[in-house]
Amino acid sequence: MNSKDKYIGHYTERIEDDSLLVGLSTFVDDVHLDHMLHAFVLRSTVAHGYIKEIKTDKAKTFPGVHAIYTGFDIALEFNHQMPTIPIRLAPIEELKQFKQPIIAHEIVRYVGEPLAIIIADSLEKAQDASEAIEVDIEARPVVNNWRSSAENLSVLHPQIKSNIGTIYHAKKGQINQNTSQYFQRKEVFKVHRHTAVTLETRGLVANWDEDLEKMTVYGATKVPFFNRACLGETLQISPKKIDMIEVAVGGGFGVRGEFYPEDFLIPYSSKKLKRPIKWIEDRTENLLGTNHSREVECEMEITCDANGKIVSLVANICVDAGAYARTSVTTVPRNSAQFSSGPYDIPNIDITSTVYLTNKCPIGSYRAPGRFECDFFRERMFDLISIDLGIDRVDFRRMNLVKFNQMPYPLARIDNPDRYEELDCGNYQTTFDRCLKEFNWEEKSLLQGQKIDGKYHGIAIGCFIEGGGAGVKETAKIEVNEDGKLNVYIGSANLGQGIVTVMTQIAAEELDVSMSDIQIFHGSTTYLEEGFGSYHSRATIMGGSAVFIVAKALKEKIKEAAASYFQCSTQEIDLLPGLISSFKNQTLELSKLSRDTLFVAGEFPCKTNTYAYGCAAAHVSVDEDTGKVELIDYFTIEDIGRIINPLTAKGQAIGAVVQGLGGVFLENLTYDDQCQLTVGSLADYLLPTATDFPIIRAMELEEHPSQLNPLGVKGAGEGGIIPVAGLMANAVSNALSSKGVQVTELPLSPQAVWKLMQ
Amino acid sequence: MSNSEQVKFKINKEEVSIKVDSNTLLSDCIRHQLLKTGTHVGCEHGACGACTVILDGDAVRSCLILAKQADGCELTTVEGLSKKGELSNLQLMFKKHHALQCGFCTPGMLTTTHALLSQEPDASYERIKEVISGNICRCTGYINIIDAVYEARDYYR
Repeated sequence: MNSKDKYIGHYTERIEDDSLLVGLSTFVDDVHLDHMLHAFVLRSTVAHGYIKEIKTDKAKTFPGVHAIYTGFDIALEFNHQMPTIPIRLAPIEELKQFKQPIIAHEIVRYVGEPLAIIIADSLEKAQDASEAIEVDIEARPVVNNWRSSAENLSVLHPQIKSNIGTIYHAKKGQINQNTSQYFQRKEVFKVHRHTAVTLETRGLVANWDEDLEKMTVYGATKVPFFNRACLGETLQISPKKIDMIEVAVGGGFGVRGEFYPEDFLIPYSSKKLKRPIKWIEDRTENLLGTNHSREVECEMEITCDANGKIVSLVANICVDAGAYARTSVTTVPRNSAQFSSGPYDIPNIDITSTVYLTNKCPIGSYRAPGRFECDFFRERMFDLISIDLGIDRVDFRRMNLVKFNQMPYPLARIDNPDRYEELDCGNYQTTFDRCLKEFNWEEKSLLQGQKIDGKYHGIAIGCFIEGGGAGVKETAKIEVNEDGKLNVYIGSANLGQGIVTVMTQIAAEELDVSMSDIQIFHGSTTYLEEGFGSYHSRATIMGGSAVFIVAKALKEKIKEAAASYFQCSTQEIDLLPGLISSFKNQTLELSKLSRDTLFVAGEFPCKTNTYAYGCAAAHVSVDEDTGKVELIDYFTIEDIGRIINPLTAKGQAIGAVVQGLGGVFLENLTYDDQCQLTVGSLADYLLPTATDFPIIRAMELEEHPSQLNPLGVKGAGEGGIIPVAGLMANAVSNALSSKGVQVTELPLSPQAVWKLMQ
Repeated sequence: MSNSEQVKFKINKEEVSIKVDSNTLLSDCIRHQLLKTGTHVGCEHGACGACTVILDGDAVRSCLILAKQADGCELTTVEGLSKKGELSNLQLMFKKHHALQCGFCTPGMLTTTHALLSQEPDASYERIKEVISGNICRCTGYINIIDAVYEARDYYR
């Protein structure tokens, strides 16, 4: 923390808490409009098949039913050009062939895919009517994993004749084929399918105003401006005729706020019926249809010299992408390839990452997409190699970390579209050493593999990088109110991460006003001409920098206005705390100035990502009889550049760790061989509870601020989760070393660990 | 079709008399009929605890009981935990400890722990942890929630 800073760097209680704590925040299901109807979506129970017929005649006669639309109806209306969901991130022509239609048409490709939408007076009435809809689907053979996808025996998208969405290549240096003098190790790893499962399910309320020819959609989040453009394009109305209104959001983690079929179907129905319509996803629908993630298999080969210095990394990554290429389909396959080397100096890299289509729910970004997965592969590999070479795994990592004087350090370059990335700055050795010290590695090392009271003890350490700040730019606007208070508008969205508080701290710091003088307006499309949203740990970096820039510019405008008032030059005006203008011995309150010129709209453009980095260590015990893994200690440390709010930064870190532990030990989106999802509620999709992982310690550092933005900040929302899988797999393997156990697959459920011990 | 019947109960100290269907869930009655939307529904079958309300002093899941079962009872929802425009001590502790991020689970966490501390003001750290293990929070990792409740004990003694 800069000692002069009044707000930035201070533990600051959150502004957004007050209304959340008393139950007065409006979440989307709390939006009630007059004459509002309710929607229910009928979903496919068949994973793969030709839609022969959907009979709705009888259902339409049910009391309270206003309309039922099927794929046939919508295709007819759009001249057989069924609208599709666009790819938002790194779109390429190849993948566009697999875009999801906004309702199943001709072929259904996963269980849960929308077949019809029923609009009625109440949800119950819509649901009752849905049961009278007769669906005739001629089943096709299912493709239930990437291997059967690769065989192309059953093809999901017959016009393309292949189940391969695309193949990425991430490369650096040159792989030396003559490896006789080197040590090599090859291994196959698997991460299972799981996802964010936000506590609030998705939902929206759409209201078409026929007189104004205007659509209002409540419940937008993450990327409201992008979704407005999608809705405009699919509904064939101008985006200017659409307002996306952000309300409180019960968790994002990557999945919430993307454009899904319902983001078309509900506004479409509202426009047809000229009535407000609400749709709230139920938990089963949430598990069936909201983006899945993480299902990746990887064959990795690492070559190093006899001392353990890594020479090259070669990998073949297979991503089970589900049935369609949705908005963020590209993050898992691209990131798991490009970021495979993490914070380590690996001069030669050759990675292939293939997107396979299967009859499962489509995938998308889930907190640290691809990064969680490839950290598991790499860190697991490192422990295996250390054992093979007889090198201490701490020494192995220290030797291979990128050195301070190597910065900026190039990562592998990925194709399609081409993207170069480099690690911007930092001292990876210091966080590593600090982690060892804080975790008390030396003392805990004595426990490795020890059996105490029927439990085997193991420890592990791993390093990670966290990219932040994606994408072009962010916008902000600031204006002075009549009472001299300041309204700040930003294009970033709030997903529960605390941006109101963070943006207020940034604005108050730059303007030297009290935090209570600032009001933040965010997310909704009504505030700004354009905005880019909250993803890839970008809100503080991009939105925060935009706020900083407009705040700085506003001070100049205030000086100009004061100079005109005092009839002097701008240079003669000093700004005192509270934006009071001072000229010689006279002062002038902000509210006394004419507000005509006191507003600024601006933006922060940046195409280069920041890289936060850190290290984590853990101590576990494994019950010999049950296979249950108990977490005894977990310490994570991350240098996140300049810290705006230490309270929320730590909150992000700890929350992310626990979310990662859920993924490693509990959460599993299992499908049977017919691609029926076998979890349907929170009774069988297990989320971490308060007693599962009681000890998590997190430390945030700000020793190496980013040079890529005026605030010096880096991303901080995802670092906690990135190393969790590698760490747990290594700790369990370490604990069970006497039994020769080497974990290569997740999840580490008691059953799975018990099996490994047999 | 279900029959409707008149039920009377007190909610946040206010008498209400309302017609409910015999199959109306208490959570739906509170949210959609009484428009007290602070009570949230996260799973619809008692697994997540977001819909927890206090019924005659005990924390119950409003998605698992029928509205008519509340007849003659005294109910408290998150809206009834503090005076208008103020935060209760428990709520202040949640704020101080950053015990919420998205805030969706928070009403259930508050009602659950308010009922706990009202009945057991000396609840141990372990006891608090055990009780809130019935409520899912997807953001915080729970540690800050447990710390907040633990420190709030002083106000219930």
